[in-house]
Amino acid sequence: MQLNSDSFQPLQQNSPIASIALANTTYRQDAWRRLKKNKLAMLGLYTVLFIIVVAVVGPWLSGLSYSDQDLNETNRPPSADHWFGTDNLGRDLFIRVLYGARISLSIGIVASFINLTIGVIYGGIAGSFGGRVDRIMMNIVDILYGIPVLLYVILLMVILMPGLTNIFIALGISYWLGMARIVRGQILSLKEQEYVLAARTIGANKWRILFYHLIPNSLGPIIITMTLAIPEAIFTEAFLSFIGLGVAAPMASWGVLASEGVASLRSYPFQLFFPAMAISITMLAFNFLGDGLRDALDPRVRR
Amino acid sequence: MLRYMLNRTLNSLFVLLAIITITFLLMHAIPGGPFTGEKNIPAAVLKNIEERYRLNDPLWKQYGDYLANLIRFDLGPSFKYEGRTVNDIIRESFPVSFQLGMVSIGLATLLGIPAGALAALRQNRWQDYSTMFLATLGVSVPSFVLATLLIYIFAVKLGLLPAAMWDGAEYVILPALSLAGHPMAFIARLTRSSMLEVLAQDYIKTARAKGLPPITILFRHALKNALLPVVTYIGPMSAAILTGSFVIETIFAIPGLGRHFVTSIYNRDYTVILGITIFYSVLIIGLNLVVDLIYPLLNPRIKMNENQEG
Repeated sequence: MQLNSDSFQPLQQNSPIASIALANTTYRQDAWRRLKKNKLAMLGLYTVLFIIVVAVVGPWLSGLSYSDQDLNETNRPPSADHWFGTDNLGRDLFIRVLYGARISLSIGIVASFINLTIGVIYGGIAGSFGGRVDRIMMNIVDILYGIPVLLYVILLMVILMPGLTNIFIALGISYWLGMARIVRGQILSLKEQEYVLAARTIGANKWRILFYHLIPNSLGPIIITMTLAIPEAIFTEAFLSFIGLGVAAPMASWGVLASEGVASLRSYPFQLFFPAMAISITMLAFNFLGDGLRDALDPRVRR
Repeated sequence: MLRYMLNRTLNSLFVLLAIITITFLLMHAIPGGPFTGEKNIPAAVLKNIEERYRLNDPLWKQYGDYLANLIRFDLGPSFKYEGRTVNDIIRESFPVSFQLGMVSIGLATLLGIPAGALAALRQNRWQDYSTMFLATLGVSVPSFVLATLLIYIFAVKLGLLPAAMWDGAEYVILPALSLAGHPMAFIARLTRSSMLEVLAQDYIKTARAKGLPPITILFRHALKNALLPVVTYIGPMSAAILTGSFVIETIFAIPGLGRHFVTSIYNRDYTVILGITIFYSVLIIGLNLVVDLIYPLLNPRIKMNENQEG
């Protein structure tokens, strides 16, 4: 190998050095990359997106509504006209399942919204204020936690009378406890970190630290808990509707459809099959997504 | 230790009292009395009925009477069924629910734990993937869907097992399976993750290095420690099985407590709703308490004060 003066070129001042290091990845990009590698989680994500699109758009595209009856077409098996068949009043089951998706998804959205607002703020305040505030707030949560949720939702539904709004209320009263616990635990450990100390020394007050530093940094566990709370809420609605405490008659939630399907299981099993599939697939998709998010956002428990 | 136990017990009693109070107030907050829905009752008769059930007393007195009766384990009369008390209903139907629940818990643990352990031992191999896929499926499929699926396959199509009623051993299988599905899947997932954690510990390496037979390592060293989190799941599991039995008993027409609960909701039989809720709460809170008290004995590493922090 011959070396002469041409081999050596002076480096210009401030010229970029060839990138040896990989591009910086933020926590979010890193998590997204890990999530993309998880096939089941991505399948779950796409399924959830698909269900959302179908639930929003589907009913518009069809001329029928969930309560349109056609008594000449009762209990028809699935066909080109009625993809999922018809029920005993001649209502198109496909349309009813689509409307059911709207109900179930809105339940899921409301549940996650409640989780986010009440649960995160409650847990956040308890965790960051500590001391007596924490003890009292968490004692209340512990007491409510000792009560089986479903039992209480049922009792609330007995009092409030069945209906969609009341399901929202019942879920609102009961479905934020787990989130509050998790956020509090997360914040208790985060608040000893240096950046919180740094923020405190510049003079940021407790609320600012809570909302600008602690909560954004607990986003991982919050998202995971939320994703797993959604299927639970959907299941609760289906359960309530199934035992007759859910949405009222002409409306079609998946639980209502399933319980109608059970009544005619022997003669027309397809009437149960489709709503049951819809519930199961949705729950499965959310669970896969939630598991995947847990692996992606919390690298410590990586497989 | 003693202080911890006392603390937990008092706490449970407090929770129980809170539940009783809340439920009582909720039941009395319902607009209209339990008999206002009845057709054509003359005002005088209605007044007599309300007098008989002491519905005209002030609320605090009703509450006091109820608590006083509760201490003597008297849950009061049913509003709907003349001459039947809530105690009668529970005494008749709870044994049925208890049998069903026990079989389900047995199924869930006896199948769930080995499945989870197998998945952990064969991590990232097909055994792991298939078990965990099934477990996620089990967590996702609602019990009433599973129940109707089982009825359709085993009762309607194959005609092997009865589809409903409660009349002998073969009547237990389908409802118990549908009730056990969810907890079984959950236990499998729990066992797997805790088993993986234990298998990575140094003492497992030590045991291997000593040349102990794999079977001994599996049972004595790994499984024994991995099952600790599963013990804490007993409380939530019993709650899940109890509430699950509302639907399962209704589907299978099993004369258990869960079905009575659902029927009493349809009938708006408030004393029965109240009584069964309290009964369930006592059961679940009691079980949680037992688990909390046993846990430190099983796992001496936990310090009492840490445990309280939750």
